[in-house]
Amino acid sequence: MFRMFQGMKMTGARILLECLQREGVEMAFGYPGAVTLPLHDEIEDLGIRFVLTRHEQGAIHAATGYARATGKVGVCIVTSGPGGTNLVTGIADAFMDSVPVVAFTGQVPRLMIGNDAFQEADIVGITRSITKHNYLVQDVEDFSTTVRSAFHIAKTGRPGPVLVDMPKDTLMAETEFMYPEKVTLRGYNPNYYGNAMQIRRAAEAIGRAKRPVVYSGGGVISSNASEELRSLVHQTSMPITSTLMGLGAFPGDDPLFLGMLGMHGTQSANLAVTGCDLLIAIGARFDDRVTGALDSFAPNAEILHIDIDPSSISKNIRVDTPIVGDIKLVLTELNAIVKGGDYADWHQQIAEWKREKALHYEKSDHTIKPQHVVETIAELTRGEAVITTEVGQHQMWAAQYGIYKHPRSFISSGGLGVMGFGFPAAIGAQAGCPEKLVIDIAGDGSFQMVVQELATAVCAALPVKVVILNNGVLGMIRQWQDLFYGQRFRHSVLRHQTGTYYPDFVKLAEAYGAVGIRIKSPGKLKSQLQDAFDTPGPVLIDVIVSEEENVYPMVPAGAGISEMLVE
Amino acid sequence: MKHTISVLVENKFGVLARVASLFSAKGYNIESLSVGETMDPDVSRMTIVVPGDEAILEQIVKQLRRLIDIIKVSDLTQNNYVDREMVLIKVKADPSMRSEILNIVDIFRGKIVDVSPRNYTIEITGDRGKIDAIITMLTPFGIKDIARTGKVAMLRGLQEQNK
Repeated sequence: MFRMFQGMKMTGARILLECLQREGVEMAFGYPGAVTLPLHDEIEDLGIRFVLTRHEQGAIHAATGYARATGKVGVCIVTSGPGGTNLVTGIADAFMDSVPVVAFTGQVPRLMIGNDAFQEADIVGITRSITKHNYLVQDVEDFSTTVRSAFHIAKTGRPGPVLVDMPKDTLMAETEFMYPEKVTLRGYNPNYYGNAMQIRRAAEAIGRAKRPVVYSGGGVISSNASEELRSLVHQTSMPITSTLMGLGAFPGDDPLFLGMLGMHGTQSANLAVTGCDLLIAIGARFDDRVTGALDSFAPNAEILHIDIDPSSISKNIRVDTPIVGDIKLVLTELNAIVKGGDYADWHQQIAEWKREKALHYEKSDHTIKPQHVVETIAELTRGEAVITTEVGQHQMWAAQYGIYKHPRSFISSGGLGVMGFGFPAAIGAQAGCPEKLVIDIAGDGSFQMVVQELATAVCAALPVKVVILNNGVLGMIRQWQDLFYGQRFRHSVLRHQTGTYYPDFVKLAEAYGAVGIRIKSPGKLKSQLQDAFDTPGPVLIDVIVSEEENVYPMVPAGAGISEMLVE
Repeated sequence: MKHTISVLVENKFGVLARVASLFSAKGYNIESLSVGETMDPDVSRMTIVVPGDEAILEQIVKQLRRLIDIIKVSDLTQNNYVDREMVLIKVKADPSMRSEILNIVDIFRGKIVDVSPRNYTIEITGDRGKIDAIITMLTPFGIKDIARTGKVAMLRGLQEQNK
């Protein structure tokens, strides 16, 4: 059906939109500016929904949330200068967490580039180190190959953000539209099929091991390899832990699941990794929040590492058996030959850890404990909702006490740790999954960084539910001050100097035309949350929780992951 | 340990900036870098000399390979290769010193490429050791300026990098 446009004379703007349509783009998030007006004029005529956010940072996080919830490429369109610079945090987040996003930025006309023109910024230069690749369109003739390559690069190999900078005159100029059938990039050929000999060695190691642990990460989700991961684990009965980014790839309620590992991981997961004789890292990158002190991380283990990105292998931890390839394909090969060994003693040890060192917190009848809120959300949604988070204590509780059964059901800013990510990401996820319940578990600090996006949720009719665990402080900062800075809580209190919770989130929600609900009593938590989730449209739920609560276990910075503070 | 890395890249704007910013972002220092076209005008070769141990070098090579515009990365240090550098040296050459300077230039198989009443400009090609040696020899005469190209390198014999 598209063929008839081939060879037709069109503007650069129209060519870009035609290309988006051919890439299967259903929606874009963004904010207009003078330079990108030609795109806004036509985009919805081509059947592509445009979601107008209230800040460009909201647009890029929404595109990221959309991509992570749906597995499709997220698209964001903003103008030159500040439009582009406001994307920087979101692009860096997508880069760290390997999310396929294509960001289009307007640029001043080619003749004005470098002249300090109005709303000019060298966004290609600025984003060079935080994109998988970026382009400056230098001629209208280049539009179609550039857009085609940008999508190809964003979604293949280890996914990542690609930025396309478009000078205004190239958007206005006309040329014959030729859509390239193929992308040829001689410097870019990801390796998809793992080396057969290495896969055999991995299978042998698994059969030989006495105390194996699978350590799975976000790469399993990017590769859509959740089924294959489940088969591997069930076929061999190996215990499995997950990174923050990997939650949901393996069901959180499965008896073989140890919970998350790392700085705020469960004791069973951290002790299992420390005591294992074989660690099987799958689509994970040995991040410092996972490993703690490197010399005491899995000190007695042989290490297998399956990853599509060769630069992740042996970056922080020396790997014994690397397998570079697409996880889905590699696990399919591995599952065909692997057999579990005799892990009976190991399972017994793990069962003991799970029994004696389970996550716990003190319940209370008069104040709401934040962990209890997360548990209640998990109970009410039964793992069927899409949960996003901001960054801080609430994020760790969401990871510890939530139960995630499906890939793409837990969306959090893992690598960059962006406060203000979760709400716009929830908006993007909701736009991509209209049939699902999408909940942003937020803190009062993070939410205020992106509060203006309430307007987006209301005006674009995206019925996300925001649950603010409101403790009136920057909880994770307060926790560090509590433990390591002599309880001097400087600059971490967000309440008004009179001591009142501030701002009034219920009134704020109402000002934006959303529903606001406040929950103060533990006895009413469940029923009020249920009511909120049943309310149509965007709902902001302000849950007043106890301020003193800390996230445990906690591995202090610089310590090994078996050295956990537990209270 | 110094490593000589030969990198084939797309001959496009911004590629040098990508490579340079990769090094600077990771805190790696570049000792020398030279760029020029290859037989294929769409492909350029960069020869980069970097100090660093094996682990750092492995990371550098992997990170370079991650860049889309980079076609091929080889650490020549592990192979048998030839490398050359060229230098232009402007040296003080009073009439009484000229024959001695000419003598040294001759021994190093260099050339005088510019003469003025007080100076010679000398062109020398060779490996790093040879270039350092002639600089040492000419220093007593009064070196006024030096321009070095940085190293270019190629695998010996039948080995070809772009295969």
